[in-house]
Amino acid sequence: MNINATIIGQIIAFAVFVAFCMKYVWPPIMQALEERKKKIADGLAAAERGRHEQELAEKRAQQVIHEAKEQASEIVSQAQKRGNEIVDESKSNARVEGERILNSAKAEIEQEANRARDELKTQVGGIALAGASKILGREIDEKAHTDLLDELVSRI
Amino acid sequence: MASEITTSEYIKHHLQNLTFGQKQTEIEPGVWAPTGEWGFAMSPAEAANMGFWSINVDTMLMSILLGALMMWFFRSVAKKVSTGVPTGSQNFAEMIIDFIDDTVRGSFSGGKNKLVAPLALTIFVWVFLMNLMDLIPVDVIPQIVMQSAAAIFGVDPHHVYFKIVPTTDPNATLGMAIFVFMLMLYYSFKIKGTGGFISELTLQPFGKWALPINTVLETVTLLSKPFSLGLRLFGNMYAGEMVFILIATMYGAGLAMGSFAGLLQIGWAIFHILIITLQAFIFMVLTTVYLDMAHQEHH
Repeated sequence: MNINATIIGQIIAFAVFVAFCMKYVWPPIMQALEERKKKIADGLAAAERGRHEQELAEKRAQQVIHEAKEQASEIVSQAQKRGNEIVDESKSNARVEGERILNSAKAEIEQEANRARDELKTQVGGIALAGASKILGREIDEKAHTDLLDELVSRI
Repeated sequence: MASEITTSEYIKHHLQNLTFGQKQTEIEPGVWAPTGEWGFAMSPAEAANMGFWSINVDTMLMSILLGALMMWFFRSVAKKVSTGVPTGSQNFAEMIIDFIDDTVRGSFSGGKNKLVAPLALTIFVWVFLMNLMDLIPVDVIPQIVMQSAAAIFGVDPHHVYFKIVPTTDPNATLGMAIFVFMLMLYYSFKIKGTGGFISELTLQPFGKWALPINTVLETVTLLSKPFSLGLRLFGNMYAGEMVFILIATMYGAGLAMGSFAGLLQIGWAIFHILIITLQAFIFMVLTTVYLDMAHQEHH
């Protein structure tokens, strides 16, 4: 247990070990630790960002779904409205058409009636003439008016 | 323990370093003279008389071996360090380095100093490894060295000394403390400037009218730092080693005492695990704190 030159040897050995540690051991390991720390921090930040983005996307999706629903209900209500309109329109069309058909039928009937009346008139005239001629013929000359009478008969 | 040596000789034998220096002979009782040859001291008295220019080979060998082991381990980790998921030895090294880094960050505020953290790592692991040698049963390695020396060189094994715990040699602990002291002085001059450092030593704590008192007080304070640093570690490890040796002396005193000694040794070893770690930690933290003080400017 004497103080001797060992103390110098120990100082040198210690200094060498410290220098070695300072140069070849500490920096690479520390650098790796720092890098890993940074990596983990980045990873955590990315995860956080991802979660945030997902939240946003969910929100956006909800919004889109909401809008779509609104649009769909709007379309449905428009279609209903349009349907009602079409029904109403076709109802009124049908009414107008019916009236038109009715009117034309009436007109035709009237026309027909008129024509029949006219015909009837002429026939009545003919018949009256025939009747009159028959009455006249018997008194006048049956034989002379046979032809005329035959014609009349055939016409009736 | 050989039967022909006494307990006191056994203890003395265990407390003696393997010293290499100028051989001495006892020309008359208490008076030693150099023989002119160089070699290992054959007795504690010869080692003591070798003077300053002798070297404790066991201390040097063990400390350099352990330091190299530590550097080899950390260097091998540093070479293949990955930023991905750490495995095996990298995990272990990172655990230590993280711990050191946290401790240094906690007690050192000197900004970007590239030296303090690696210094703290070296101190903690190296001192821990050197202290750890204390847990090897006291006779194992000395006996191996003694018997092999006797077999190879034909010397009397009783004159071969080997202390395997470098931190029980004050040369090792004071050597480290002196290196720390040199760093303290270097940073004091660098950060505070010569004037700043000198004024810190002379103008506190009582102001400029008590300059001599201040100087004495501050110088003692300054010098006590490395001494307390080195002697604290030495004292703790020396005392622990001494207890192990005392327990070991009981093994020769019959079966009952031997078993009792075995229990004692296990108990003390378990307790000593705490001490060796704590002392390594204290040495590291105090070094960091001293260097932090060297970095702080007083106003």
